[in-house]
Amino acid sequence: MHELAVAREIIDIVQAEMVRQNLHRVESVVVRIGALTGLNADALAFGFEASVVDTPLAGARLDVQQVPIKAKCRACGQEDAVEEFVFICPCCGGTDLEVIQGEELDIDHILGE
Amino acid sequence: MTSKVPIEKKVLGKNDEIAAEIRRRLQKGKVVALNLVSSPGSGKTSLLERTLGALNHTLNLALVAGDVQTENDAQRLIRAGGAKVRAIVTGGACHLDASMVAKAIAEIDLAGVDILFIENVGNLVCPSSFDLGEDMKVVVMSTTEGDDKPLKYPAMYRRSSVLVINKTDLLGQSDFDVERAKKNALSINGALTIFEVSCRTGAGLEAWYTWLTALAARKKGGS
Repeated sequence: MHELAVAREIIDIVQAEMVRQNLHRVESVVVRIGALTGLNADALAFGFEASVVDTPLAGARLDVQQVPIKAKCRACGQEDAVEEFVFICPCCGGTDLEVIQGEELDIDHILGE
Repeated sequence: MTSKVPIEKKVLGKNDEIAAEIRRRLQKGKVVALNLVSSPGSGKTSLLERTLGALNHTLNLALVAGDVQTENDAQRLIRAGGAKVRAIVTGGACHLDASMVAKAIAEIDLAGVDILFIENVGNLVCPSSFDLGEDMKVVVMSTTEGDDKPLKYPAMYRRSSVLVINKTDLLGQSDFDVERAKKNALSINGALTIFEVSCRTGAGLEAWYTWLTALAARKKGGS
């Protein structure tokens, strides 16, 4: 699915960083993926491995850090983990919740030289 | 020696930049932009056909229709009365991205347009990650699907503002329970505005048209 498109974006960004920061080898790329992105970590890693061949990132590994969803209730202010995508405040039953974590789709850092 | 090099960049940053540019352009023209998403066959094109037919005389409507392989949907919509219709054939891609939309709307004269509909590819997973510069996402579900669809595709329901439940004329023909479907959707997103319609019989569509008309008026009013 779109994991391949996302993997290619990651490779493009890292490739540009390699030039900018004068790196000649990347061992791994660490990404943070929020649960709300709907991205499958295994499919993403597979898409990455399949796409790095013949790029300056050849041999690099994708390390996916999954970020669970957290939300804050706009009614009572309670901050809580959101389990199973049920956006109902466990404290007051409110449904107006602001997502404070779980939307991430970021490259955090790379290990390289 | 291997060392840790911070990057701290959004993976879809490039897409988000293009989407922001589209949003600025539409905002300037006071155009409402709606991104329609659903599984294949829920009735996005039927809903748009009906909408173009009903509102084309009172509102200036434009439409970008994404399809994986054909221009069939766009052709249907042009026949329904839309002069400002552009097709995006994604050539296999499972979602629209902002650059495809930017290219398509560059070919449309947006002057005076009230509402731009963006019909996404029928898929409830991939399109949720790609901002297209829209004001809001409208998710369409139909009574021939499972009423647990929102629970299966929570990211899309969470990111949508409006839910249209289509094919209500078929209620009772399947195990679909409309109240359970609404409850499931609202458990993920309590702020959803919900319409129950049948694009086949026209039932419930008046409320949808009224809502669209009010939305366009509010945008033109400057808010």
